[in-house]
Amino acid sequence: MLIFDHSRPGRTATSQLPAAGGSLDDLPAALRRKAAPALPEVSELDVVRHYTRLSQKNFSIDTQFYPLGSCTMKYNPRACNSLAMLPQFLARHPASPDETGQGFLASMFELQEMLKDVTGMAGVSMAPMAGAHGEFAGVAMIRAYHDARGDTARREIIVPDAAHGTNPATATMCGYTVKEIPTDSTGAVNLEALRAAVGPQTAGLMLTNPSTLGVFEKTITDIQKIVHDAGGLLYYDGANLNAILGKVRPGDMGFDVIHMNLHKTFSTPHGGGGPGAGPVGVSQRLLPFMPIPLVLNDNGLYRLATETDLPQSIGRLSANMGNAGVLMRAYVYARLLGGEGMHRVAEYATLNANYLMAKLREAGFDLAFPERRASHEFIVTLKKLKDVTGVSAMDFAKRLLDYGYHAPTTYFPMLVPECLLIEPTETESRETLDGFVEAMKTIKHEAETNPELVKGAPYSLPVRRLDDVKAARELDLAYPVAESMPPRV
Amino acid sequence: MPFIPHTPEDVSTMLAAIGAASIEDLFDEIPPALKTGKLKDVPDGLPEMAVTRLMQERASADGFWSNFIGAGVYEHHIPAAIWQITTRGEFYSAYTPYQAEASQGTLQLIYEYQTMMTRLTGLDVSNASLYDGASALAEAVLMAVRAHKTSRRVLVPKTVHPIYRKVVLTTVKNQGIELVELDYDPTTGQTLLPADPGAFAGLVIPQPSFFGVLEDVHVMTDWAHAYGALAIGLVNPTTLAVLEAPGKWGTKGADIAVGEGQPLGAPMASGGPYFGFMCCRQEFVRQMPGRIVGRTVDLDGKPGFSLTLQAREQHIRRSKATSNICTNQGLVVTAATQYMALLGPQGLAKVASASHANTVALADKLTVIPGVMRAFAAPYFHEVVLKLTDNAKDVLRALQAQGILGGLDISGWYPELGQAILVCVTETKTAADLDHYAQQLERILSKRREAPPCAYKN
Repeated sequence: MLIFDHSRPGRTATSQLPAAGGSLDDLPAALRRKAAPALPEVSELDVVRHYTRLSQKNFSIDTQFYPLGSCTMKYNPRACNSLAMLPQFLARHPASPDETGQGFLASMFELQEMLKDVTGMAGVSMAPMAGAHGEFAGVAMIRAYHDARGDTARREIIVPDAAHGTNPATATMCGYTVKEIPTDSTGAVNLEALRAAVGPQTAGLMLTNPSTLGVFEKTITDIQKIVHDAGGLLYYDGANLNAILGKVRPGDMGFDVIHMNLHKTFSTPHGGGGPGAGPVGVSQRLLPFMPIPLVLNDNGLYRLATETDLPQSIGRLSANMGNAGVLMRAYVYARLLGGEGMHRVAEYATLNANYLMAKLREAGFDLAFPERRASHEFIVTLKKLKDVTGVSAMDFAKRLLDYGYHAPTTYFPMLVPECLLIEPTETESRETLDGFVEAMKTIKHEAETNPELVKGAPYSLPVRRLDDVKAARELDLAYPVAESMPPRV
Repeated sequence: MPFIPHTPEDVSTMLAAIGAASIEDLFDEIPPALKTGKLKDVPDGLPEMAVTRLMQERASADGFWSNFIGAGVYEHHIPAAIWQITTRGEFYSAYTPYQAEASQGTLQLIYEYQTMMTRLTGLDVSNASLYDGASALAEAVLMAVRAHKTSRRVLVPKTVHPIYRKVVLTTVKNQGIELVELDYDPTTGQTLLPADPGAFAGLVIPQPSFFGVLEDVHVMTDWAHAYGALAIGLVNPTTLAVLEAPGKWGTKGADIAVGEGQPLGAPMASGGPYFGFMCCRQEFVRQMPGRIVGRTVDLDGKPGFSLTLQAREQHIRRSKATSNICTNQGLVVTAATQYMALLGPQGLAKVASASHANTVALADKLTVIPGVMRAFAAPYFHEVVLKLTDNAKDVLRALQAQGILGGLDISGWYPELGQAILVCVTETKTAADLDHYAQQLERILSKRREAPPCAYKN
């Protein structure tokens, strides 16, 4: 049932209406709305009950183990939310003078400094509002750097074939062409291919490390040298920063520009698909190009930097200061963890991943890279199982839902057939991991003995498998008014 | 260790299963020279109680202000229910709804959101949201250029928020797109349409404009269409309860509508998170960036919801995607959907009209004070530009000393206006609040007239 189906003409959540309306007689009639928008007409209880019930149709970290590879679905501490939502913080208008927000700005400045330290970068701007937004800012800075030096022949970005789709899409948005390079059989960047790809046209290389294949690029020092010697810059996609937080810093690996996903590594909520936060960090030579605003400390007065402070900035990415409330949650998380806690993040994320990998191998699952250490995630390939039983990675994933586990990432990275990318994160206990292994074993047994059962999953969720082809062919993107209660005009 | 549940026994059991001697061994593929020492700028961790104390002190220091700043971010009442439900763990800690069967809550909610936005804007389809209003405008400019195919010029009036224009420039400048500024009539404040614009892909039509002024959207829409360009409405969703929907502008209606979703239940919170909305006519749906949810059926023919048209998106099309965006502002949209449901058509219209009536009442009180006058003659909605004969910055600072944030100084962005402030009142202000502002402004201005500036203290 949709909220529109609860609608009855003339019903309202009365206590939410302002006591008095006001006259609109001073407005030209031609510019006024002729018919009221057909929004729902419902009571407050209707709304509360409807959306509470909808929430119960979701899997979430708070209710299920969520080993979604590359997404870092770790526990989102409740204090991060409640302290970011203190009423004075919520009430502050973003265009208020800096003096009225010193508490907020101090928190932002300190977060900026902590992010610099933990990534080893010379500067950080928290303006980008998501990982892909950070990628955009990062590549735009690479372009601004080359352009400022008159080095305008550099128009190509190199991207490994295993990269997230955002990397090539971002390069295009920055007016660059994309050159893909292959990955070798151990999941590493092919150095020969990289050497052959670089040249005077190279603006930079975008790299995720550990890669999307769940392994650390052992030759990072060589990669760094090849790209820099060719005059290119090195971009670090922070998708997998949780794997190395506190263990090795992108700045020390030689990266010139990075983005972080605070909704992964700093545990701000994923919120059903956002909002995130994608701060960028830069090396010394990219400092002048950072996006604004960032927070400055002028002898104890915190203020937002403007175009005057950074005349060469790539500019602004949002109307205000990025996803400020998300940044506040990350700040609280950083203070709860502290330096020692940050060192522990990668350690326990890696321990959990390698333990889960060992247990699944023991249970007879094939690993994509059996000779490698897992980083904070690893890949299981179900190709053999599919060849024998016809059960695909998708079927397997759907059956996991029946057992109360969110599915791992499926069919990414695309290089590995029938893959499950599994990331347990550091906040899960051994018992939870063991329970997941048991479910995986059970489903494997089901696949071998009764494949149709697995192919028809899920059975216990609010809906069974959905017809995505129909969804795309017969587009139904908004509820027709005729299907809901007629609105009162 | 914060949020790490492992006991020492767990660790040894797990290492034994892995066949590693220590946790450090698990990092043996990282070159030793690169390993991080102790972090120097990250203080020691604190218990929740201590961090709570710290944040409460900082919040108290920031305090509460009587706010009359709008400029794209509006202080509306937010019903208690919506953030209590929005921060339920099932919404708060869920991921993007890629596993549709395990995400029907989020997916249905987005479908309801899309429906509400199409009804507000009078357009056919809506996406699941973008980052914020400014980035949504930038995406609309890119979309117009994709849809138009021949021209890469887009006309952007100076009456569009100056920071929005900067965000658009940052976003599109590396793609060979030309942004052409349109001037405004200094008397009315309304956009002037050039006699000979040349070929262009789109025209941005702000309603109300950054000045709060109502543009003649019908004429502007028809004008853009006469040149074969797309009409892009930039609108405030609250005002759409009472102002004509973009889908009804001119003869054919606007093609795209975008704007800042913050007024629909998102707290101002120093700048975010908010969300940008984007709606368009059916014919442009495949040019639209961002996630879109569709209604379909499951194996048993039962209705359900899933992400659709993903062939436009970066994880499928990579370098040929419509945008690199791979998120929506899900949680804020969760709040906004409940806001629109709770307010309904009546409530939203009442919020809009009460805000407008309050703005008119304040403008009437302020413009009888010597040295304060309206900048523009055209009708305005919910926000107004006032010119001052005195220095705007100093006057605002003096109001601030009385706990009043009296508006936004826009003199720097629009030097041709002299000393000018943009003032906004929402439904949250009472008659007493308006009187207090007027009294303080009158007192400040008269005191400043009497005393030379150097002798002036508050």
